Amino acid sequence: MADEVVLLDTFFSMFGMRARIALAEKGVEYEHKEENVEDKSALLLEMNPVHKKIPVLIHNGKPICESLIIVQYIDEVWKDNSPLLPSDPYLKARARFWADFVDKKVYDAGSRLWTTKGDELERAKKDFIEALKLLEADLGEKQYFGGENFGFGDVALITYSSWFYSYETCGNFSVEEHCPKLMEWVKRCMEKESVSKSLTDPKKIYDSILFFKKKYGVE
Amino acid sequence: MADGVVLLDTYFSMFGMRARLALAEKGIDYEYKEENLGDKSPVLLEMNPVHKKIPVLIHNGKPVCESLIIVQYIDEVWKDNSPLLPSDPYQRAQARFWADFVDKKVYDAGRRLWTTKGDELETAKKDFIEALKLLEAELGEKPYFGGENFGFVDVALITYSSWFYTYETCGNFSVEEHCPKLMEWVKRCMEKESVSKSLADPKKIYDFVLFLKKKHGFE
Repeated sequence: MADEVVLLDTFFSMFGMRARIALAEKGVEYEHKEENVEDKSALLLEMNPVHKKIPVLIHNGKPICESLIIVQYIDEVWKDNSPLLPSDPYLKARARFWADFVDKKVYDAGSRLWTTKGDELERAKKDFIEALKLLEADLGEKQYFGGENFGFGDVALITYSSWFYSYETCGNFSVEEHCPKLMEWVKRCMEKESVSKSLTDPKKIYDSILFFKKKYGVE
Repeated sequence: MADGVVLLDTYFSMFGMRARLALAEKGIDYEYKEENLGDKSPVLLEMNPVHKKIPVLIHNGKPVCESLIIVQYIDEVWKDNSPLLPSDPYQRAQARFWADFVDKKVYDAGRRLWTTKGDELETAKKDFIEALKLLEAELGEKPYFGGENFGFVDVALITYSSWFYTYETCGNFSVEEHCPKLMEWVKRCMEKESVSKSLADPKKIYDFVLFLKKKHGFE
């Protein structure tokens, strides 16, 4: 029986992009359904009644929620190609640690970069750059966070790069200036088709931010 | 060579208790080191330079941080007894989802129960009970969240039960009244030696919280 795979997503979500990349890495065909977060579909509410958020992966009718959980699921089900998590438990734990760090630190500071101003914005900028520097240090001289191969940590972070233009513009700074090695890593990842076709155009993201800023009065 | 296992922890941490519990489930001997969060040890700062938090599991000199990552690591390394995560990828994704839910919703509302008052406290109570009810619904008629056997979500949530007395006293409510089936589950878990010996005494936690409330002015 052929697998039926559906992804409930929104174009600007760095979380949804992770699922897209993982599916692309594994060469899994799926149906992409764009959600309107201001008018959530009955399907989304049924498949993720607890959080009512995207992304949701629906595999043969059964939902999997939370982007990093989705990526691990994809890695475990379609395990015969492009493994994303290492097999060694210690390296797996490290990969999970850094992915968790991205969601704890990068997401929070990034959100504050486009929703605050003045002193709060300056603090957000400082926190954001600090978080990226820690990640850059963990990358070190490796090609990818996963080592020789693109892996879980890479999937977790690369999707935020589509938001860098928005963060930089709102915060008036340059990621490249502070984290040149990380930007090299971004360019390296973008050479992969699974990445370049999964990430949304940074300018489109910026336009949607401007729209949200106006709508919610965060200017 | 014997495995060297060290756990950096604090007595009252529901996160540290998870690691204790997982180690006990697997029958692993380890050295427990109580940290003073007001005066963190050089080992802690060296082993968790990013977050500087407990718990940290140090296995043969290498650190693993973040409680749910530690529990998964323990489950993967000592895989021959008492498996905590299911082998089926979908069941694993569901287990990870609910453990993540505990940390997103129960922790946050629980914390607000002893750090706020007035309207904020009432909101915290409502959120806390709502979160527990969702978990109770997920438990359903199963003896454990893991089904027939104690598993990952059980580990993730049972440690919070040591904080119930504190939450109930600060918030002036009873968990049993709102979630009787969940309290039955708590009692069932407490019959397991791995649980009863890993959880801190609820009264001691309450005394500690009173100390913190006074110290930080949450009164």
